[in-house]
Amino acid sequence: MSTAAEERGVRAPWALTAPALMLFVGVLLIPLAMTVMLSFHDWGQYKGIEPVFILKNWYEIVTDPYYAEMFWRTFRIALLTTLLTAVLGAPEAYILNRMSGRWKSVFLLVVLGPLLISVVARTLGWALLFGGNNGLVNKLLMSAGVIRAPIPFMFTETGMVVALAHVMMPFMVLSVWAALQRLDPQIENAALSLGAGPVTIIRRIIMPQIMPGVLSGAIIVFSLSASAFATPAIIGGRRLKVAATLAYDEFLNTLNWPLGAAVATLLLAALVLIVVGSNALIERRYAEVFR
Amino acid sequence: MAYLELEGIAKQFGAQTVVDDFSLAVGKGEFISFLGPSGCGKTTTLQMIAGFLDPTRGAIRLEGKDLTAIHPAKRGLGIVFQSYALFPHMTAAENVAFGLEMRNVPRGERTERVRAALAMVGLAGYEDRHPRRMSGGQQQRVALARALVIKPSVLLLDEPLSNLDAKLREEMQIELRQIQRTIGTTTILVTHDQNEAMSLSDRIVVMSQGRIEQIGTPQETYEKPASAFVSQFLGKTNDFAATIDRTSAPARLIAGSWSAPAPAGLSGAVTVSIRPERIGFGDAGLTAKIVTRIFQGNHWLFQCDSECGPATVIRQNDGERQPAEGETVRLAWRPEDMSVRGEAAA
Repeated sequence: MSTAAEERGVRAPWALTAPALMLFVGVLLIPLAMTVMLSFHDWGQYKGIEPVFILKNWYEIVTDPYYAEMFWRTFRIALLTTLLTAVLGAPEAYILNRMSGRWKSVFLLVVLGPLLISVVARTLGWALLFGGNNGLVNKLLMSAGVIRAPIPFMFTETGMVVALAHVMMPFMVLSVWAALQRLDPQIENAALSLGAGPVTIIRRIIMPQIMPGVLSGAIIVFSLSASAFATPAIIGGRRLKVAATLAYDEFLNTLNWPLGAAVATLLLAALVLIVVGSNALIERRYAEVFR
Repeated sequence: MAYLELEGIAKQFGAQTVVDDFSLAVGKGEFISFLGPSGCGKTTTLQMIAGFLDPTRGAIRLEGKDLTAIHPAKRGLGIVFQSYALFPHMTAAENVAFGLEMRNVPRGERTERVRAALAMVGLAGYEDRHPRRMSGGQQQRVALARALVIKPSVLLLDEPLSNLDAKLREEMQIELRQIQRTIGTTTILVTHDQNEAMSLSDRIVVMSQGRIEQIGTPQETYEKPASAFVSQFLGKTNDFAATIDRTSAPARLIAGSWSAPAPAGLSGAVTVSIRPERIGFGDAGLTAKIVTRIFQGNHWLFQCDSECGPATVIRQNDGERQPAEGETVRLAWRPEDMSVRGEAAA
């Protein structure tokens, strides 16, 4: 091959990916870098943003327990949401996978439903059911005498976990479903013929094989829940803040952009660490079995 | 008394009958093949024996006991699946041990039996391998060991060799036959490969469209096919339209310019079928012209255009001079080498 052709061969992939690469750099990398830089700038009530390099914002986040509480709450909610979707979503996917054609597509639509509805309508729906004394479910249960006081839902972590799990469910179900599709269709019959009962089949044969699907679904759900904004904003409002709503408030209400940028950057870094770390763990754990 | 008995089995899915009126008696230690094209109902029949499907009608009995009343997990049958269906998250030894675990075999005995089973299929030393790290042939052996280690009353093989390449398939056929002879397990093999069925089984059940066409030894089904389907499915064959003339005595069977004394019973239009290797070139008989002549090492293959339609002839390469392409020859065969059916040739 001549040198010119060789050079063209090297350049061609770059030339072909250039448009997408430019978009990626322009709308993601540059704003991201600017946000990181912003987090090191100074800010004052009357002087606004000063482009200097100081660690004030970071120092404040690290030392003030207010921020620590906020981050712990964020990850606690994300973790509980992940557990809830896994516990409900995995059996849901298994049942869905065993349904016959027509029912399968109907229920797949039901599962995907939350993603098709606007986050505001969906979350306000929860508020209509459980919001204080006027919530439909609360009213019903109270008039039936099951409960005395309304079930607290709005402005609670439980409410946030339930509402988040509702919208995150499709990601878990689809991820587990993909793992189920890779299962040998005869594998349950094989275990059956060797004398295994239905519980043993699920525990010893199905569960271990769909575990990678559950875990990858968990990574998606966890990272989306930890960075979720709209649902926590509606359920938690200003009373129960998480990292995302905190950053929003700093940007748009306090107008302390550098502090908001520091919160956002920390959230991003923590999430990247958790996701990359657990992904590496999963890959090592299942390397032998699932290549 | 038959060891495994299937009596008038039928399976319907909605309005579609997949298996109909299937009756078979299997002796203890026998190797039976269900042979037929895909969709003939052979796998469905196997699944009914295994218990994955319930027959719509009919009875399945094992040693006189009604098998359909027993839950599939309790039937104690060994099954090798076409896809092997190994448990990918378990090692070879764990796969083989699973059935023993379910039977609460104590750990010490379990380890010993797993080791022996893997050694029997030639996989000693592969205990800790995961299925994904094994070749297709090795996975196949693990599946066989897993099915045999529980000492099954019947071994069911569902197209177990169809995913292997030709050479490996032949090796596995020989090995499968040897293992089955050694341990004497009653075995039912489902296959669409006539060579496999013939080289492995004691008896073949030829199936088509959910019905049994013929049950017989490999030799019987090859040499005395009970129907046109059987003769065409098992190897190459020549079907010639012929007539039986009973107006003159003695009656004659006539196919073109070939004729022989008529067999008893039939008359009118019939079909005679003759295997290509049983036809010879002679001075009298069916007039034919050689269209192509193909040399295949140990034999010659001739495609001829005869007065009764196209004919295939196979001759041993015994050093004799063979007719050339375009030459006109006479085709003849011994009356005992043909089978005559009272149906007009299609």
